[in-house]
Amino acid sequence: MIFLRRQVPLLITLIAGLAMAAQYYVPHPASEQMLTSVTKWLQIIGGFALVLGVSSLFHVHAAKIRRKEAGWGYSFVLYVSMLGTIAVGLWSNGKEAVDGTMTAFGWFYNFMMVPLQGTMFAILAFFIASAAYRSFRARSREAAVLLIAAVIVMMGRVPLGEYLIPLSGDLSQWILNVLNASVRRAILIGVSLGTVALSIKIIFGMERSYLGGGKE
Amino acid sequence: MSIETIIGGWVATGLTLFIFTFLYKDNPLFKLAENLYVGVSVGYTIIKTYDTVVVQLIWKPIVENGEWALLIPVAIGTLMLTRYVPKAAWISRYAFAFIVGVGSGLAIPRTISSFILKQIEDTVRPLLTLVPGEGVTFTWNLLNPASSLNTIIILVGVSSVLFYFFFSVEHTGPGKVVARIGIMFLMIAFGAAFGYTVMARMSLLIGRLTDLIEFTDPSYGRPSLWLAGLTILTLVVMARRSSSKQPKTEE
Repeated sequence: MIFLRRQVPLLITLIAGLAMAAQYYVPHPASEQMLTSVTKWLQIIGGFALVLGVSSLFHVHAAKIRRKEAGWGYSFVLYVSMLGTIAVGLWSNGKEAVDGTMTAFGWFYNFMMVPLQGTMFAILAFFIASAAYRSFRARSREAAVLLIAAVIVMMGRVPLGEYLIPLSGDLSQWILNVLNASVRRAILIGVSLGTVALSIKIIFGMERSYLGGGKE
Repeated sequence: MSIETIIGGWVATGLTLFIFTFLYKDNPLFKLAENLYVGVSVGYTIIKTYDTVVVQLIWKPIVENGEWALLIPVAIGTLMLTRYVPKAAWISRYAFAFIVGVGSGLAIPRTISSFILKQIEDTVRPLLTLVPGEGVTFTWNLLNPASSLNTIIILVGVSSVLFYFFFSVEHTGPGKVVARIGIMFLMIAFGAAFGYTVMARMSLLIGRLTDLIEFTDPSYGRPSLWLAGLTILTLVVMARRSSSKQPKTEE
């Protein structure tokens, strides 16, 4: 039984990993076809993963409503809005617009989801500004450099900033395209090396945390 | 203007104002909008996934084209659902093993090619360029990311930042200087990222405020003005009720 529970998953990972790594080096139409198929397979399997996540959300809020915990009314609102969106989406066949005419699902998207999402992220502007005011103090040379770079980039991205500091536009572009790009590149190289090392460990069974705990 | 657009304008305005009330303090109006947002977003994701995965990737190819091989990923995906049966939960490992194995296998050559070799190739570029008629030149133009001067700056930046994160060697002597240069580059990048994020959020804020201004139009029935007043009134009433409920502290 341990073979089925522990060894077979490791074997599946090994075979799948080696096959997909080898696929990159085989420039044959069959190899390309395999990549296309497996990519489609991953999308399909990913859909089932969503079922797991959503059912967890359902469970948490259903328990809150059942026990009438504090704020259960908000869980009820969440349930109603979710089921309402699903019902409207199914009725509209998952299309926001048909022949240029907005469907009921499109109405939900345009007049509920977009304003809510946009505003939710927009209020972060206030909190970022407030946090920056409290924490951005040029206490050290490094903090001063960070502050100056932030101010130049902010000024360089609006017409008023460019009007007040004429050089800020070019300077902002230079910071983003050269200095920022070099740091991003270095971080990307480091992260990629880590990704490759982790992938090798997973394929050869040295990293097994993805199998979860529980009984062998 | 159609009635659904007018109703949509009122709903969008109301929800926008409810979220903005969080700037005053956490309150029931914000919580209502917040939970509505989660519900609508999850519902939207479910429908989009259903349409993309179930309809477009499974149902249509199988029924219309007879691609029966697609039942294999469906079976693998179904294995994931065995997590709901405690005794059979271990079977879901097969599905996770397949996803993780394929993901790891795909990642190795592509990451090396696109994110390591390509990035190094773009970092280590020739310093001098051969221009016909002008001969070998060294370009000083800072505004051109491909200029010779910027090539040196990028090379110094990438090397010093990589060295800063390399902990197998103690950062002393010349190594300390290189690591310090790396920190400076990092600080500039963090500052730039911060500034860029702030401006992106500001752009979203301007978008929301533009919508609110648009919805002050009489053709919509001025929802921005009416609902702003109503929201403020509700907040005042709630603040008064909560202050009257608080027990009086003894002097």
